[in-house]
Amino acid sequence: MTDARAAGTAVVTGIGVAAPTGLGTSAYWAATLAGESGLRPITRFDATRYPVRVGGEVDGFVAEQHVPSRLLPQTDHSTRLALAAGAQALADSGLTADDAPEFGIGIATASSMGGFEFGQRELGHLWALGAQHVSAYQSFAWFYAVNTGQLSIRHGLRGPGATVVSDQAGGLDALGAARRQIRKGTAAVLAGGVDSALCPLGLAGQLSTGELTASDDPSHAYLPFDRAASGHVPGEGGAFLILEDPAFAHARGATIHGEIAGYASTFDLSPDDPDADGLLRAARQALADAGLAPADIDVVFGDAAGRPDADRAEAAALVALFGPGGVPVTAPKSATGRLCAGAGALDVAAALLSLRDGVIPPTVHVREVDPDHQIDLVVGAPRRPADRPRSALVLARGHGGFNTALVVRRPPAIAATPSGSPANPEHANPDGR
Amino acid sequence: MATRELTIDDLTHLLRSAAGEEEGVDLDGDILDTEFATLGYDSLALLETASRLGVEYGVTLTDDDLEVITTPRALLDRVNTRLGRG
Repeated sequence: MTDARAAGTAVVTGIGVAAPTGLGTSAYWAATLAGESGLRPITRFDATRYPVRVGGEVDGFVAEQHVPSRLLPQTDHSTRLALAAGAQALADSGLTADDAPEFGIGIATASSMGGFEFGQRELGHLWALGAQHVSAYQSFAWFYAVNTGQLSIRHGLRGPGATVVSDQAGGLDALGAARRQIRKGTAAVLAGGVDSALCPLGLAGQLSTGELTASDDPSHAYLPFDRAASGHVPGEGGAFLILEDPAFAHARGATIHGEIAGYASTFDLSPDDPDADGLLRAARQALADAGLAPADIDVVFGDAAGRPDADRAEAAALVALFGPGGVPVTAPKSATGRLCAGAGALDVAAALLSLRDGVIPPTVHVREVDPDHQIDLVVGAPRRPADRPRSALVLARGHGGFNTALVVRRPPAIAATPSGSPANPEHANPDGR
Repeated sequence: MATRELTIDDLTHLLRSAAGEEEGVDLDGDILDTEFATLGYDSLALLETASRLGVEYGVTLTDDDLEVITTPRALLDRVNTRLGRG
């Protein structure tokens, strides 16, 4: 018999990461727990004359090691990172196209900017050399939906395909879209987001939001919830996950990293509206969707805008939901910069790993949390709560009024196992069969 | 405008640079009569290759040309005929 609630949910069986703090899940997680920062002066291009000069770049990424030759001439850097993270997620889950019917495995990706670096180069060719010098692959390489197409073709994923564009909320919205497809009968979905726009055109686009910091000190540039918060640092990368129907995952013997237990997204209303804070509404609805109360949440992975007004709004939502200091809050993205569509998916990866290991990674660089925020921000070192965390709330806000909240739960089989003692195979099945 | 003959080596160099090389395909082997599709090149890959030919050799291959050119030999013949006339 299937768990009644499991019928409406999705489990995570694979994780793939490309982040400024690590290429690959284990490298990323080790650096995240160690509080290592991936923020440095931008090296991808000469940013010295730009108002923003610090960024989070994925170091040591050699495209030829992750992307087949045929795809190199037709892919932007962001798509190459997506191909690397997507392949990693599939490998981690052990899932291949042959495991399901032809249209049984879908894909949902989020993108905020598409292939800006590729597009900028080709636009340069157009205006400097002429139309005949523009790559035929510009026809799709710049496009928001390109990662959905390239990953789908690369891995033979012929089920429902989706692309969502909701800035920083996108990574969570792609997971929400994947979960909806699974509820409709799709066996598994490769889902998540990767963005990269660390080129002049991409940075110019991000500058237009007015939300970036002008600080030149990588360790003092992006300070979410800090008294000295001055905006955020742009970063590149993200994560992909494999979401599966629980019965399908169980039948093929997949390892379950956790469960996407709840999801909700909202738009901001007019600032005059008493319910204007869409983030709080999204969090409440995601908890209701998961069938959980605020007291059931053991850790929050915050959106962590790093701007005083936006931090204040997020903190107010957290206090309204959990009470002052009512739940540990963390923002490992302080070490990566804000990754646009990559952020939410990477935070969900971090949340899953956090629940797996019973440890909350720190928010780096933050020295003095603004006491007016009344939040319990995990800073300095990882925290191991006495009661092993079971559920995490992940929040994300996208420029333009997008708010998304997603609830992640540790798999019940692990929850039933006393910490530190190996599971008895005869009693490991949560259904008692 | 370049008028020298386009060789198979020139073409494989162009293909690699324009569209990469399919895994499991040896472009240095005897590929003159192998269909481009078998070599792993789709219509967009040929469009991009034709565009590079235009820039580097001054030869224009139209969309209609590309519909009937399905092998390296056919492409070389068409291009070299045009170059000879140029």
